[in-house]
Amino acid sequence: MSDAPKTPVFSEPWHAQLFALTVHLHERDVFTWPDWAARFGATLAEHGLSKELDGGDDYFNAWLAALEGLLSQRSLAEAALVQQMRDAWEAAYMRTPHGDPVRLA
Amino acid sequence: MMFRPRGKRSFPLWTGWVAWRIIDSMPHDHHDHDHAHAVLPPDPALRVKAIETILTQKGLIDPAALDEIIDTYENRIGPKNGALVVARAWTDPEFRAALLDDATSVVAELGFYGRQGEHITAVENTPEQHNMVVCTLCSCYPWPLLGIPPSWYKSDAYRARAVREPRKVLAEFGVALPEGTKVRVWDSTAEMRYLVIPMRPEGTEGLSEEDLIPWVTRDSMVGTGLPGRPE
Repeated sequence: MSDAPKTPVFSEPWHAQLFALTVHLHERDVFTWPDWAARFGATLAEHGLSKELDGGDDYFNAWLAALEGLLSQRSLAEAALVQQMRDAWEAAYMRTPHGDPVRLA
Repeated sequence: MMFRPRGKRSFPLWTGWVAWRIIDSMPHDHHDHDHAHAVLPPDPALRVKAIETILTQKGLIDPAALDEIIDTYENRIGPKNGALVVARAWTDPEFRAALLDDATSVVAELGFYGRQGEHITAVENTPEQHNMVVCTLCSCYPWPLLGIPPSWYKSDAYRARAVREPRKVLAEFGVALPEGTKVRVWDSTAEMRYLVIPMRPEGTEGLSEEDLIPWVTRDSMVGTGLPGRPE
């Protein structure tokens, strides 16, 4: 294969995590793929109104917004809870000495 | 906007990836003088972690399954699968006919099935027609054959312009077609994905399937490139 064989499949670790999370939830029948594609497509279109989206962070930010919306709507992970948990992780990173494993309190 | 069809990147992506993974999982002796504390991942990364934690606590996901999915697409599934299919279509007329008739079953028999490969159509380039694939809605793509799509495939620029001005987009990828060749753009959906069977390059008459595989590039199977002699 001669097309940029060394290009990483996912350019950021969170892109990979988010991708895997979504595929896994689909396989656990939390949603169908056509449902997901429709929701994600709509979010991409919405995000693309204010700027031209690149296929990297912009794309995965839209992906994350779509997944957050879906999980919140299904009461699987409400927005307030996600925010709270996000802040808990941030605090954990900030208090963990560099080199130590990061754990929630 | 110009695409970066060759996939060259101008920013150091892997540094962040490696740093985060290591910090996240185990102690290590890496020295970073700017940080007394662990390197804080960007906001979306923290949100993804938050969702993962919540869903794990609820028993809705298995974190080990996520690692397995990532490993699959980073290391095991990629365009080499599609290249095998194309090389076989070039060398085996019966296979080619079957592929054009029912690609889903034919590639499944080779073991290329599963996620996002449920319905695949093979479209063949000819001197009269060049095929090119896009997903205008999001980024539907035949994962079992080509892996995860490259960034340009997912960009607004490609998704919008592939349909509107395909020849111009092709020119930016370095593909110049004879004037008489018509361009047909296939819009993928969650229900149907496409594999382009490019034309076998001239001068490859004596080559075997195995010899031909490296000639088949990822982009040639999306229709934004042509096969070529391996470097």
